[in-house]
Formats: sequence, C-alpha cells, structure tokens
Amino acid sequence: MKRSNRLRAPAIAVATVAALAVAACSSSSSPSTSVSSPASSSTSSSTSSSPATSSSPVSSSSAPLTASAPGITATTITIGSHQPLTGPAAPGYSEIAPASAAYFAYVNAHGGVYGRDIDYKYLDDAYNPTQTATVVRQLVLQDNVYAIFDGLGTPTHLAVESFLNAQKVPDVFVASGCNCWDQPTTDPETFGWQLDYIREGKILGAYIAKHFKGKKIGYFYQDDEFGMDGVKGLDYEIPSSMVVSRQSYVDTNVNVAPQVAALRAAGAQVVVSFSIPAFTALLKLTSLKLGFSPTLVVSNVGSDPITLSGLLESFAKQGGATVNGNSLTNGIITDGYAPSLGDANNSWIALFKKVHDQYDAKAPFDGNVLYGMGVAYTFVQAMLKAGRNPTRADLVAAINSGLPQGPLVAPYAYSMTDHDGVTGAYIGVINNGVLAPEGPVQITDTSATGAITTYSGTQPQAPASGIPAP
Amino acid sequence: MTTNSTPRVLGVALAAAVLVAILSIKLNTFRDYQIAEIAVEVTAVAGLTILTGLSGQISLGNGAFMAIGAYTTALLLLHLNWPFYLVLVLAAMVTAAAGAVVGVAAARLHGPYLAGATLLLGVALPSVAYAYQGEFGGDQGLDVNFTTPSFLGVNFPLTRWEAWVCSAVAIVTLVLLANLGRSRVGRSWRAVRDDEVAAALAGVNVARSRILAFVVSAACAGLAGALLAIVTGLVAPEAFTITLSIALLTAAVIGGLGTLAGAVWGSLVIVLVPTYATDVATSHGLSSSVASNIPIAAYGAVLILVMLVFPQGIQGAVRWLLGLFWHSPTPSWHTASISKTHEKEGTQ
Repeated sequence: MKRSNRLRAPAIAVATVAALAVAACSSSSSPSTSVSSPASSSTSSSTSSSPATSSSPVSSSSAPLTASAPGITATTITIGSHQPLTGPAAPGYSEIAPASAAYFAYVNAHGGVYGRDIDYKYLDDAYNPTQTATVVRQLVLQDNVYAIFDGLGTPTHLAVESFLNAQKVPDVFVASGCNCWDQPTTDPETFGWQLDYIREGKILGAYIAKHFKGKKIGYFYQDDEFGMDGVKGLDYEIPSSMVVSRQSYVDTNVNVAPQVAALRAAGAQVVVSFSIPAFTALLKLTSLKLGFSPTLVVSNVGSDPITLSGLLESFAKQGGATVNGNSLTNGIITDGYAPSLGDANNSWIALFKKVHDQYDAKAPFDGNVLYGMGVAYTFVQAMLKAGRNPTRADLVAAINSGLPQGPLVAPYAYSMTDHDGVTGAYIGVINNGVLAPEGPVQITDTSATGAITTYSGTQPQAPASGIPAP
Repeated sequence: MTTNSTPRVLGVALAAAVLVAILSIKLNTFRDYQIAEIAVEVTAVAGLTILTGLSGQISLGNGAFMAIGAYTTALLLLHLNWPFYLVLVLAAMVTAAAGAVVGVAAARLHGPYLAGATLLLGVALPSVAYAYQGEFGGDQGLDVNFTTPSFLGVNFPLTRWEAWVCSAVAIVTLVLLANLGRSRVGRSWRAVRDDEVAAALAGVNVARSRILAFVVSAACAGLAGALLAIVTGLVAPEAFTITLSIALLTAAVIGGLGTLAGAVWGSLVIVLVPTYATDVATSHGLSSSVASNIPIAAYGAVLILVMLVFPQGIQGAVRWLLGLFWHSPTPSWHTASISKTHEKEGTQ
C-alpha cells in the first residue's frame, strides 16, 4: 500500500509543477485593455441580428448621434478583437493591437469618429482556436461589440468566421493573408486587409522569373496554408523547369538542416522562402553553417528587418556564435505592401511615427506597429464612410462599395464580389536593416492567368490632421 | 454524501439538470456558452479523476484523447452527415479503442514513467493532423456545423442548445461513472490502487483493471472532444496542445482527485477564473502587457492556494466544512486512502 502511494505522489507533484510552469509561461487567459473613455455598459439585447431599421447611412451632419447598432452609443463605438498576447505567437504579434489602440486613442483625442470615441477591446486567445471561440463569443454575446476588427491568425480566426457571419457581425480586416477571407457569398461579413499570399507569391515569382532567368530556383516554405498559398502564386509565374527543389518545414521542428542540405545538393542558386521570421533566421544560419550562400527571396511575413536581425543574433548566441544581424540580412530580396519604415519622407511613416511616439512609445517602431496603425486607419476610413448613425450592415456596405487607398502602397480590392484587401506590393532589398524599395508597385489578382501590372497611380499623402476625411 | 445509492445519484442528477435549465434561460447567451464549456470540461475531467483518483494511474495525454473524439466527430459529420447523437456514441467508442491501446502499454508503467509515456502521446498526437493535411485539414482544421433542431424555432439561441446538449452528456456521464465507482469494477480499481499484490491475491485481475480504467477515461475524453467540436465549430490541432492535457489534470487536482464533485469544482475554476480575472484586469485600466498576464497569474495563484490550504482540493474543503456542521463519519465510496489522510489531518 505504501509503495504505490509513494509512487503516485511524486507523479502528481511533477504534473502539478508542470501545470504551474505552463500556466505561468503561456496558455489560458483572456486579458484586454480598452482605449480612452470607460466602456459603455451597453444595453442588454443579446444576439443582435436585428435588421437595419435605422435611417439611411448618409445622414446630415446635424443629425443627433443615436445608439444605431449594438456596440454604438451616442458617445462610443465599441469594437473587439482576438490577439495572441501570450503564448508562442505573442512575440512581435502582440505589438499589433496596442499599436491600433494607439491610433484610435489619437483619433479619439482629435474628435473621434463623428464625435464618438472608439473603444477597442482586444482579448488574448494565446493563438488557441478554442480560446478564440470563447473570447469572440464573449465580445459578441456579452460585451455587444459593434464589429470584430483585425482578429489575428488563420486557424484562430477560422474558428469564429462562421459564427460571426451567422450573427451578422462585421468581421473586418482579418490579420492573415489567407485567401480564405475572400468568400463574399458564403461569408459576406468577412474582409481581409493585408496582401494575400497568392498575390504575394505571384509578384515575387514574376520578379524571380525575370531577374534570375536560367538560374536554379529552390523553394523553402511552411507546410500550411501560408506556405502553400505562397507556392501556388510562385508556380503561376516561375516555369517549373527552373525549380530544382521544393522543401517544406513544420514550425514545431527547428532543425532545418535536412531541407537546407537538399537545397544545396540540388544546386539552388536562388532560394525563395515563405517562412515566419524565426524560420527565415534558421534558414540563413543553417545555410551559413553548411557553406551555402544562395540569393534569398523572402515573403513579407518573414522579412521584417528589425525582427529578423534580432532573431539572427539571439539564435546565433544560443549556438555559441556572435553575428551581426543587420549584415546577415543585407541583400535579402522581399516585398512590401506598406511604405518602408526607412522612408522618413513618406507622410504615412511620419504620421504613424508621431502617433507611436505619443501613445505607444514603449514598443519599438517596427513592421508590427506599422501594421497595427495602418489597419486602424483603414477601419476609421470605413467607419466614416458608413455614416453618422451606422448599422452593422452599413459598415459592410461601406467596404463593399470600395475604400480609397490609404497607408498601403496599392489600392484595395474591396467590392461586392471581392473581399481581399490590398492588391499589390513593391519589390525591395534589405540594406543595413532597412528595406530599400527597388522598382515600382506591382498589382495583380489571385488567378493563375491574371496579369501583373505596374500600378500607375501614386499613394496619396497622409492627411495633415492624421485622420481620414469623411 | 454518505450513501451513494442509485436513487440518490439520480436525484442529484435531476436537480443538476433543472439547475442548468434554469440558469441557461435566465443568463445571457454568452453565459450559456460558458455552461457548455464547463460541461465539456466536466466530462473530460470526470474521466481523468476516475483514472487518477480511483485507479491510481496518471495521464498527461487526455487532451490527445479529446482530439481523437473531436476529429472523429468532425470527419463523421463532414463526410457522412450522421445525426449527432450517433456520432457522439461513435466518437466515444473510437476513443475508447485508442484508450485500450494506450492502456495496454500503461498497465506496465508506474508513476513518472506513466506520466512520461502519456505526455508523449499528448505532445505527438496533434502533429498527425499536420502530417495528413488532406484528411485532417492541417493547420486550418476541419469545420463542424451544428445547428439548433427545427422544433425549437428559429429564435432559440444556439449557445443555449449547446449548453443543454453538453450538460446532458456531462450529467449522464457523471451518473454512469458514479455507478461504476460503486460497482465491483470501482472496488477493484481502488484495490489495485492501494496495493497491487493484495488485489491480485484477492483475485482481481490487475492488468485488466488498469486497462479498463484507461478505456473509461479515454471514452469520457472522447465524449468531451466531440462536444468541444460542436461548441467551437472547428477542430484544429492548436486546440489540443499539451496545455489542454495539463489543464485537465489541474482541474482534477484543484477540484479534488477521485471525486466526481471535485471534477465539477475544478471545471468551474478552470473556465470561470480566467474570464473573471480578465474582467477585473480590464476594469482597472492596466497596461496591456500587465493586463494580459493577470489571468495567468490568477490561475497560478488559485492553484498554489488551493494546494497549500486544501491539499484534498476544493471538494476536500467542502467536506471539511460540512464536517464542521454535521459530525457524520462520511466514509464515502471513492477514497479510502484520501479520507484516511484527511482524518489524520483532522486530528492534528
């Protein structure tokens, strides 16, 4: 009797300690913060799919502000989001929502949206779809948010896409480049925002086919929809005879030596990488170790110079080596759909830097912060277009009728039949930690045959007030 | 709590069903969703508490069993479009079969070795979904469509229906487990837990008893996985990481190992504390980096407190409190050894 009890006790103790450790470093939680004024303890109507009974979206400027939809009062617009604030996806990505909140705080301080403050309530889902399902239901069913904004991640957001559409809650500007947000007939409430991975693959592919004619090309990609959509786009443009090796990785296995060795053995002279930043860094370091130095072409997701340089230095340090992150990223070819952070003359960079310094100064001014501010700006554009006293349907209708180009370098695809976001990007080369644009903005669609054309327009200047015109 | 006769168990079950029905109608639709979540958790934790508390085996792999139940459900609904109650039964059966396989291995292992082996299962199994993307949808997972039946009308909230379905399954599971615990099977589990040699001498087939405990525990996890699939509406590998397995064990320990009431307490803590802590953190306007970690800290603090103050878990505390008022002997069916320790503490 004593024997089995003695054995059982340590086992349970071990398990409990493990539980504590896991609880402490990641996992279950759902925090949030709200910008500005106290949250409106909104009225009780629970599921709120009430049809639009209000007045027309464009009301006269003197019309009184009403509680025109769930989450909207005379003084506030409450919106919600799910974000990985803790857990493995948090580094980097956890900066996005605070950056959006900072831009909303700026808008609130400058008159708000038709006089209403935006109250942005983002909850932690730790990148776990089960928790996403919980926090989004909390936001919609209990907190009565007007819309879900910038929900981050493909598997996480897929867990709530059909729920949001069933509830007729606007699901705007999902933070993922999956092509799956563009389904206007089945998911009319859902809209993408960033450049989708198929378009990105096509733009990178066309550049490679043109500039590296006759060279041997190798693929390195994440084994999920991100990598596979990217490869789909690449294959539309790069003749299959040029591709000598296709290597995929799973993001739970950090040993990429077999893949790199295979790329090297195949004699790849150019390696295209659809990878997250950590794996771009691993690809680079492993190549160095194996004496393999192809030209690297990396997707936007995995090429933020500041993030990448930090990862390269910390990974090398773990392996007992010292490297200069910035010099290792030199020469990486990538694409950008937002202006380069290094372009101090760009009016958008100047605007967001100003907002950052005032409201979000603790975070580094990097690609994630730029992303959060850019998508927040787009939301304010859409809200202004939706009218003074908008219903939920008015917001969807406003985006369906198209949004003017803003902080991104190419126009949006938004229409009744297209819910993709930005349609193009420019090619750039990383030089000394900064993305230097090289060549014009290219725009395209997601089809196999759709041409890639040079964008003839120019990006508009950021408004002097920093707030979009209604 | 003294005599767990069948009429008494059924009475408690009926009272619980009435309570759930009243709560689900009185509270808002998000609370309904939380009731469903709690019921899912109860179903899984009850199976684990039986395994660990009664048969003395540990499992860090019950999250993987939930994944098996959830994927079975998703695949059957997606490809064959079977009625949900049938799918539920099948999900439990498939998972029970998996539990039998693991149980065969587990019957030979003890203590930390068993923890390690089941940990392996919990870590490795979800990766299968990435390896066979065509079948399991990889990272994106599989969609699960679940709707309210037409007889309830179009305005009946889906979350309330989910709360009813999940609670019904949880209550039936608890009734069955309570009966099993009092039966010959339950007695042989306790005998094996307390002393394998004595149990074998008394004619208990030790290996079979241990394997059966794994089968029962896995079947419960499979049911919970099936419920989780319909509640979440998506089955994806990220939902079944090792964190889930550990959360289940945590709930069982916080609630009080080996007691079904403890499974309910533990599930309440696991589901409600993070939401409550979030509301508190939000209402005090903390910076996002602080606020986002408060629920995790609260979770850890609750865990430490319960373990320090009530090593027998919340149910141990409840029993101690009840003991202050009634001076009943309370020799309940589940824990010979646990109540013995408890008495020792009481006399100190």
